[in-house]
Amino acid sequence: MIVCVTAKGPGPEDLMEERFGRSPYFLFKNTEGGEWSSIANKFADTAGGVGPRAAQVLIDRGTHVLITGNIGGNALAVLQAAGIEIYLFKSSGTAADAFQKFIAGQLKKFS
Amino acid sequence: MRLVVASGKGGTGKTLVAANLAAVLSSEMEVVLVDCDVEEPNAHLFFPSEEKVLPVLIDVPAFESSRCNHCGNCSDSCQYGAIVVLREQLLFFPAMCHGCGGCELVCPQGAISMAKRPIGHIAFSTPRQGLVLITGVLHEREVMSPRVIREALNYASGHALVICDAPPGTACPVVETLEGADACIFVTEPTRFGLHDLTLAAGVAELLGVPSGVVINRSMGDDDSIRDFCRARKLPVLTTIPFDRDIAETVNSGQLLTDRMPIMRGQFRELFSRACVLTGV
Repeated sequence: MIVCVTAKGPGPEDLMEERFGRSPYFLFKNTEGGEWSSIANKFADTAGGVGPRAAQVLIDRGTHVLITGNIGGNALAVLQAAGIEIYLFKSSGTAADAFQKFIAGQLKKFS
Repeated sequence: MRLVVASGKGGTGKTLVAANLAAVLSSEMEVVLVDCDVEEPNAHLFFPSEEKVLPVLIDVPAFESSRCNHCGNCSDSCQYGAIVVLREQLLFFPAMCHGCGGCELVCPQGAISMAKRPIGHIAFSTPRQGLVLITGVLHEREVMSPRVIREALNYASGHALVICDAPPGTACPVVETLEGADACIFVTEPTRFGLHDLTLAAGVAELLGVPSGVVINRSMGDDDSIRDFCRARKLPVLTTIPFDRDIAETVNSGQLLTDRMPIMRGQFRELFSRACVLTGV
C-alpha cells in the first residue's frame, strides 16, 4: 500500500506540512517496505487551483493513503472520487513520525 | 475620453469623486459612469434608479461521457486545475475554469463542446438626464472579476466621455480597468496607508502609460507626505477635499456633494478640466 505524507522538505526526517495543496513536497513510502521517495510540488506557489492538481499527482503515483493536516474542498472531492483514504496528523513532527503513527493505527481517518 | 478614478487603498473616496464628477458633467454633456468595482459595486447608491440587467457568460466545457476514454489530455492541458481525470471518472470544477477552450482542442474523442455559464451581470440605468450608469456585478463565489469588468467597459466603449470607478488595490481588476485609459485620477487620503497604497497604484499607472493626477480627500491641511510624494513622482495634485462633517453626512446619506453644496460644482468641473489637461488634449 502506497502512503503519501505532505512535508516541508524532501526527506522523511523533514517536518510534516499541514497544508495539502501547497505542501512543498510529497513523500511516498510503501507499507510493504522499500525506501522513501519524494517529489517537489510544482503547484506549491501557484495562485489558485492547486488542490485538484496536487491530488492528480497522488493519483498518478498510485497512492492509497494520504497523511496530511488540512485539506480543501476541491482536493477532497478528487481524492474521495479516486478512493484515496485520508488520515489527519495534527501535531507537529517529521514525516517519518507521521508514517509511524499511521502504521501504529494512531491516526484518525478523515471521512 | 476614458477617465479612471482609482486609489490603491480602499475607502479613500473613489466612488465619491467618480459619482460627483459624473453628476456635475452630465448637466452639460453625455456621460457614461462605469462601476468597475464588480466585487462590491456601490456607485448605484448615489443614483437609485430602475435597472435593466444582462448576464455575463463565460465558456465552459460540456463533457459527453459516452465518448470520453479518460485519456487525460484535457486535464494535462488545463492551466487552471479545473479538470481531473480518473480511470473511470472525470471531475470538473466550473469555478476554476477560465473558459479558454483548450480542452476542446486537445480532446481526441470529440467529447468536449463549449457551453455557457453565468458568472455575473451588467446593470444599466439612466438615473438622470445625460447620465448612463453601467454597473458590473460579479456573482458570489465567482473569481473572474476581470471578465465582468471587460464586458462592462465594452458596453461603454464608443461614448465620448466614460468615467470609471475602479476597484481598490493594484491587481488584475485594476489593471483591466486602467489599461487603455486616457487618464487616471488617484484619490488618496493623508495617512500612511493612503500614501503606501498610492505609491503602488501610481506604479501600475506608470507601467501602463496612463497619465495620472491625485485628489487628496479628507485633507486636514497638512498633507505634506502626499504632496512630497506627488512632487517627487511629478504627479499633479488636482484638487483637495477637506475632512468635513457636512461632507461626510451628505455622502453617508447617499447624496451628491454637487447636488447639495453648490460650491462643489465648480470644484468638480475644475477637477475635470485639470484631468483633461493630463491627457494632453
